[in-house]
Amino acid sequence: MALLSDRDEKEVRTKLAGLTSRVTLVNFTQELSCQYCRETEQLLKEVAALSDKIALEVYNFQLDKAQVAQYGVDKIPATAVVGAKDYGIRFYGIPLGYEFGAFLSAIEDVSRGTTDLAPESRTALAELAQPVRLQVFSTPT
Amino acid sequence: MRLAQQLAVESDLVTADLVEVTEFPSLAQRYQVRAVPRTVVNESGSIAGALPEAEFVKAVIAAAQSR
Repeated sequence: MALLSDRDEKEVRTKLAGLTSRVTLVNFTQELSCQYCRETEQLLKEVAALSDKIALEVYNFQLDKAQVAQYGVDKIPATAVVGAKDYGIRFYGIPLGYEFGAFLSAIEDVSRGTTDLAPESRTALAELAQPVRLQVFSTPT
Repeated sequence: MRLAQQLAVESDLVTADLVEVTEFPSLAQRYQVRAVPRTVVNESGSIAGALPEAEFVKAVIAAAQSR
C-alpha cells in the first residue's frame, strides 16, 4: 500500500516541479531490527518517482561501510538529502507527518543550493569559525 | 527544522540532523528532550521551541561559541 495518497502525490509533484538541479536521496537501511526502515525506503521511492530531478540511492547500514562513513550516519533509518554537494542535511527516522514538509523543503533548498535567509543571518553565519552540528528533535505530529 | 536546514545550506560549517524522537527515545533521553522541537547545538547547547530566524541564528551562534 502506498504511503502517499493520490492527493499527496499531486501536491508533492507540483511542489517538486520547480526543482532546478538534481537531488539525491541517500537512504541507509537494514532488514532486521529497524522499525521504520522498510517504510522509509518505500516513502523515498514514492517521492523520487514524482520528479525526474530526484535520484534515490539505498545502502545497507551494516554492509556498506564506506558510504556509512562518507555520510557520517550513526543510526537508521537515515536519509541524506544531497544536492550539487553534500550540505550535511540528514533525516533520522521516517520523515512523515509534520516532518514531511521539512523533508520537501530540504529537497528544494539543496536543489537551489541557496535559501531565503536574510542578509543579516548570512553575515552572522559567516562569523562561525568551528563546525556546528544541529540536531533538531521533532515528532511527526 | 527548516531554519536548521537553511543554515546547513548556507554554511559549510553547519550540519543539520532531524531526529524523530519516538524512533530514537534513548537520544531524546540523553539530550533531555521533553518538548519538541528542541535543537541541540553540538553536544552542549540547546534551543527550546521554534524561534524566529534572527533569534534562532543568534542562539545557534551563541551556543556554538559557548563551548
